[in-house]
Amino acid sequence: MSTVAVAHAEAEQPWVLPSKGRVAMFCLIIAESAIFTIFVVAYVYNIGRSLYGPTPSQVLDIPLFNTVCLLSSSLTIWLAERAIEHGKVKVFGLWWALTWVLGAIFLVGTGVEWYKLIYHDGLTISTNLFGTTFYSLVGLHASHVILGLTALLIVLLFTITGHVRQEHAERIQVLALYWHFVDAVWIIVFTVVYIIGR
Amino acid sequence: MADSTYPIPGSVEAAPRRWSQADILAWLNSWVTTVDHKKLGILYMLYAIFFLLVGGAEAIAIRIQLIQPNMHFISPQVFNRLFTMHGTTMVFLVGMTYIFGFANYLIPLMIGARDMAFPRLNAFSFWMTFFGGLLLYYSFIGGGGLFGAGNAPDTMWWAYAPLTERAFSPGHAPDYWALSLIVTGFGTIGASVNVIATAFCMRCKGMTVMRLPLLVWINVVASGLALITITPLTAAQIMLLIDRYLGGHFFDTQAGGSAMIWAHFFWIFGHPEVYVLVLPAFAIASEVIPVFSRKAIFGYPVMVAASVGIAFVSLGVWAHHMFTIGMTSVGNAFFVLSTMLVGIPTSMKIFNWLATMWGGKIRFATPMLFCTAFVVQFLLAGLTGIMLSIAPWNWQLHNSYFVIAHFHYILVGAIVFCIFGGIYYWYPKVTGRMLSEKLGKWHFWLFFIGFHVTFDIMHIPGLLGMPRSIYTYEANRGWGTLNMIVSIGGLIQAIAVLIFAVNLIWSYFKGKEAGNDPWDAWTLEWSTPSPPPAYNFATDPVATSRRPLWDLKHPDDPDWKYE
Repeated sequence: MSTVAVAHAEAEQPWVLPSKGRVAMFCLIIAESAIFTIFVVAYVYNIGRSLYGPTPSQVLDIPLFNTVCLLSSSLTIWLAERAIEHGKVKVFGLWWALTWVLGAIFLVGTGVEWYKLIYHDGLTISTNLFGTTFYSLVGLHASHVILGLTALLIVLLFTITGHVRQEHAERIQVLALYWHFVDAVWIIVFTVVYIIGR
Repeated sequence: MADSTYPIPGSVEAAPRRWSQADILAWLNSWVTTVDHKKLGILYMLYAIFFLLVGGAEAIAIRIQLIQPNMHFISPQVFNRLFTMHGTTMVFLVGMTYIFGFANYLIPLMIGARDMAFPRLNAFSFWMTFFGGLLLYYSFIGGGGLFGAGNAPDTMWWAYAPLTERAFSPGHAPDYWALSLIVTGFGTIGASVNVIATAFCMRCKGMTVMRLPLLVWINVVASGLALITITPLTAAQIMLLIDRYLGGHFFDTQAGGSAMIWAHFFWIFGHPEVYVLVLPAFAIASEVIPVFSRKAIFGYPVMVAASVGIAFVSLGVWAHHMFTIGMTSVGNAFFVLSTMLVGIPTSMKIFNWLATMWGGKIRFATPMLFCTAFVVQFLLAGLTGIMLSIAPWNWQLHNSYFVIAHFHYILVGAIVFCIFGGIYYWYPKVTGRMLSEKLGKWHFWLFFIGFHVTFDIMHIPGLLGMPRSIYTYEANRGWGTLNMIVSIGGLIQAIAVLIFAVNLIWSYFKGKEAGNDPWDAWTLEWSTPSPPPAYNFATDPVATSRRPLWDLKHPDDPDWKYE
């Protein structure tokens, strides 16, 4: 009985596969980008088409402080990622908590802005076309911030109770990817709503 | 004798099984709570087949209504609801679920994995899709709201604004439609993420990306396309609901909104969607044709590149559904040319399938019959597609039965034929029994004849000017005989599908035992028992080429020498 070796040299190389968490998160980000694209297109297309006021230039103020907070949370979460990769759980917890606080400040800032718009300027989602597109686009982003903050909070609670260790670095980085995405989208929303649209 | 009462393994099995209530509950529980990719794949397929029958019944009711001029088989209101539900059902509840049926069942087996990358996400996705479908059909009961009972959506499957605005569609029917598509959309996104993550991250040793079976590759492309295709629809549905419930003005022309933007958003989803549906059909054909031609697939890298090419081009062709909406000549020219561009990667695929068959030792078993018919019909559908891509021709034939005939040629002639082919091919793996070839041949020939009687003839009333979605027509139009023939073809197809349903059930109990590898195939799913055990492979397989099972069977002439 003769046997022929089927396996050849190539099969003996180490077999590495990409991280499934990261692949899945990238897929989710691609899908989310498409949703945001449609809302951004709807916003841009409808700029100046409102038949009656209030108009963006009358009521919108540039939320600079908010923006700085949200964008710097990308930096703090990156520092947190680096800390957990090196096993520094305490440092990680601090940066992570700071990220959460910065995100929460952004959300509160959006709330304050909306309060002003609704109660002082009388702009609601049904007032005019600007209101419809504004609240839906900024609201879509804010809902992603809420989702992100909830996820961050869960990790924060696990950190406080001492369940987060170095081996969770990859999962945390996958979650952080989502947060980076939320921040990146804000740059586009900010540009479209407060710079081009005003 | 004492040892005659000794419990020996086997005697317990041989005892007639009595199904107590607890057994039935446990059995149900095992299906409802399952995270096994094979069971979920079967659930997806059963769901798709169930709604194929429901959507088919709706189509038959439509065809009976149109069989003669001035028929009153159903009321105009019911007619509008039926074609809306027929379209929505076939695209979202059949088309989008058969993909994940095949993908779920086959991808882990083909790449030598034990399950999908995210089994619980997989179950979640299926049940989202499941409840989305229920929500859509619940509109038959709940859609009337305060305005009366029995009010399914009647706004056509594309639900053009402003017809869907509160003022023109009172009641809740469009809300059920929008919500159910958002819910099934979430299911689709979850399943697509899972397919991509599985294909890239769960491969067995040696299964490099360029060795993935074509079914896996093409499903990855389709899932990637679904990610950027379904989401614009979700976004548009959210806008619709904002308009309907929060008093928004997206599609409200009286407040400066635009009804046209709905059409754009819908077709940005709607056209790539067609490729999301048809790519998995290509995937099935690309597995079946080589096995029954006894040749490796011709031009594997080209097939992969063509799939990616189709996905890319399909993102830039949506407005060819909207030539009559009034675009600039630059816009028209762009969409004419980009649409024609689709012809290049698709014809590459057709040539590759033909080249695979060329010089092969073709076995015309039922799966191969379906896939051969698919190649021919897909070509013809592509040709009428090129005709319709020419803007002036399209202006003439827009919304006519010619368009209906064209896209049913794809949806039935390509996709449904491949679904049937795929089911005949993999049924032995799933159940351990072969489908009856005799019933299969009856099914194929009746369906083939019925298909051509219906959809070949349907082009003609379109050319004569018969518009789509009309409730009835006058006798002096000269469409009567043609519609009669078309409807008769529809009934022949219905008989064929019933034979198929009988075959599925009969063969499950009485079919011939299949064994591991009834077709003498080459991909890894045929190396495990039929049906495969819960863990798929007792030992992790190693892929040595694109046809790992061939290498195992023919160690003297392995494929990797030639790749």
